[in-house]
Amino acid sequence: MLNISGIQEGFVLDHIRAGMSLQIYHDLKLDNLDCPVAIIKNAKSNKMGKKDILKVECPIGDLDLEILGFIDHNITVNVIKDQKIVEKRELHLPKKIKNIIRCRNPRCITSIEQELDQIFFLTDKEHEVYRCKYCEEKYRSPGRR
Amino acid sequence: MRHLMSPLDFSVDELDQLLDLAADIEKNPQKYAHACEGKKLATCFYEPSTRTRLSFEAAMLNLGGSVLGFSSADSSSAAKGESVSDTIRVISCYADICAMRHPKEGAPLVASMKSQIPVINAGDGGHQHPTQTLTDLLTIRSLKGRMNDLTIGLCGDLKFGRTVHSLINALIRYPGIRFLLISPEELRIPSYIREDVLHANHIPFAEAERLEDAMPDLDILYMTRVQKERFFNEEDYVRLKNYYILTKSKMELARKDMFVLHPLPRVNEISVEVDDDPRAAYFRQAQYGVYVRMALILTLLEINV
Repeated sequence: MLNISGIQEGFVLDHIRAGMSLQIYHDLKLDNLDCPVAIIKNAKSNKMGKKDILKVECPIGDLDLEILGFIDHNITVNVIKDQKIVEKRELHLPKKIKNIIRCRNPRCITSIEQELDQIFFLTDKEHEVYRCKYCEEKYRSPGRR
Repeated sequence: MRHLMSPLDFSVDELDQLLDLAADIEKNPQKYAHACEGKKLATCFYEPSTRTRLSFEAAMLNLGGSVLGFSSADSSSAAKGESVSDTIRVISCYADICAMRHPKEGAPLVASMKSQIPVINAGDGGHQHPTQTLTDLLTIRSLKGRMNDLTIGLCGDLKFGRTVHSLINALIRYPGIRFLLISPEELRIPSYIREDVLHANHIPFAEAERLEDAMPDLDILYMTRVQKERFFNEEDYVRLKNYYILTKSKMELARKDMFVLHPLPRVNEISVEVDDDPRAAYFRQAQYGVYVRMALILTLLEINV
């Protein structure tokens, strides 16, 4: 079993689909934070076979975790304070996502005006459908990000 | 300040008010002849659409206002690489209201986000063309005297035809609407309209391949053109463009009080011999388009006459 030292205050993101941790690292903009981050890849998991884990030591308010709900709402978010799990946060599909995915519709205005924010709205919660704010094209993921 | 991006931006009540105003304009054009004196409409057309642009310009001129604008991206600063956001900021200094047509979907929405003046989406790619839908609704209401309890036949390109999708979305808000969807297999209504709009709202509809079979049941027949610009493949276009042609003999199968609508321009899908039939309403529809755009300009400029 691989051990990484405990963290005083921060998050442990557990049950990340194996191979997705680096993507999440970038999506959460962890590269912009000046704090310790441990990326554990392909850890053994009884439930998943293999999984990734991210440990981030930072003040709790510094991370916008809403986007995780879009990426994979099966990720477990443990909030850590004084080396203890003080909260398990449930993930929801965010109503709006900004600059995480790009519209693939070649007829969309975002295809020629690169400076526009890439904004998607959740239009069908049941079927997890996101549509581009501008052209309303459905976002089709190559097997959900 | 309000913009118009989609026909659903207006509630049914607001739409009724707009159509009432358009109907009053039709009856009393003189009453509105000076309503927009001193106001300017900018027509920003990044792709050619003579019909829509002239309809907007006629509407503003009928209201006593003035018009300025451009009719292709080549003759605008877009050719120099200016963004839609920058263009509308500048146009806001020159005009009081703007009608924008753009080949890229969502461009008028981008403009509305930065605009100091009301922006009307005059067509954005295959996405929305709300003033066509408003025109269709006014035409149906004026000819049939109601918007409810109607059987509407939609014929031709139901896959790429945005006017058809918008019209369906607008009409399902009225009670007793039933659709007959007449198209070749390749141009059938997309599943997101069939499932998310028709099924989801329990709207009765049937799909057919033969126009003749549908004719006797219809209150309105809405014909569409197979649009070359929506195809990536020329072969598909050539194969499907002549699939449905409305002729005098097919018109004989229809009711006496059925009306034929078409967003125009037509190519050959309605034979010219049908034009003299009193039920052929597509040229009257173009006239209603001017009335409804006049009503829209007054509404967005908040001018009460």
